[in-house]
Amino acid sequence: MSAIPILRLGHVLLVNVNVELDDEIATRMQNDVLLAIERWEAEGLVIDISGLEVVDSYVARILAETGQMTKLMGTRCVVCGMRPEVAATLTRMGYQMSGVMTALNLADGLSLLGYKLERV
Amino acid sequence: MAEDVLSREELPIAREDDVVFVRRRVRAIASEQKLDSFATAAVTTATSELTRNVWVHARGGTAVIEQIREGARVGMRVTFRDSGPGIADVERVLRGGFSTARSMGLGLSGSRRLVDALTVESEVGKGTTVTFVKWKAF
Repeated sequence: MSAIPILRLGHVLLVNVNVELDDEIATRMQNDVLLAIERWEAEGLVIDISGLEVVDSYVARILAETGQMTKLMGTRCVVCGMRPEVAATLTRMGYQMSGVMTALNLADGLSLLGYKLERV
Repeated sequence: MAEDVLSREELPIAREDDVVFVRRRVRAIASEQKLDSFATAAVTTATSELTRNVWVHARGGTAVIEQIREGARVGMRVTFRDSGPGIADVERVLRGGFSTARSMGLGLSGSRRLVDALTVESEVGKGTTVTFVKWKAF
């Protein structure tokens, strides 16, 4: 079982979730991210979920919790790239991912944290 | 019920990994049936919730995935069966916001909102059978 890599981009940590999350990988990702925030003194965290075709209530809860945990640590977290089908499904189920900032895509997610991606 | 069953496969739910495995099969069959992407996400997510329920509450069971036809319409029927502790108050669980184990209590009530029909048969001490049907939109 492979862990999800956490990339450093300046003071921001970037997690690109591009494998199907089972319960174990999701929980491990949550722990790894929190440890990485402490280690690198990250000012922000962006979790890109554009690669996820399915987000069930368990994974949604892991994401929402991760946002709350990073907030407790004093860091901001943005979940970006949620697919239309995922947004519709979670909402129809009655799930509210309250307390988590969301952004349309990675560039918007970074700019929410104060980083601008510009064309050179 | 006068549906024709076009295909049927039974999968075990015996490990946590089966949550992913069962929903992958449901996704594959949904795309075979050419359900649209939203309907595919709906049945895949409902399957994920209900398979997890079987695993978390009963530590095992089966999922039966069927392609069905009734008159001019086709759809999927997925049945989750376990011999776990059962549900004492099915109505209450279906209303939502009710959780016994580590879930949001959205498994059954949320899944019901994603499909066309969802039924629960449960007997305390005997087990639970949950069946959902999703028809392909014309």
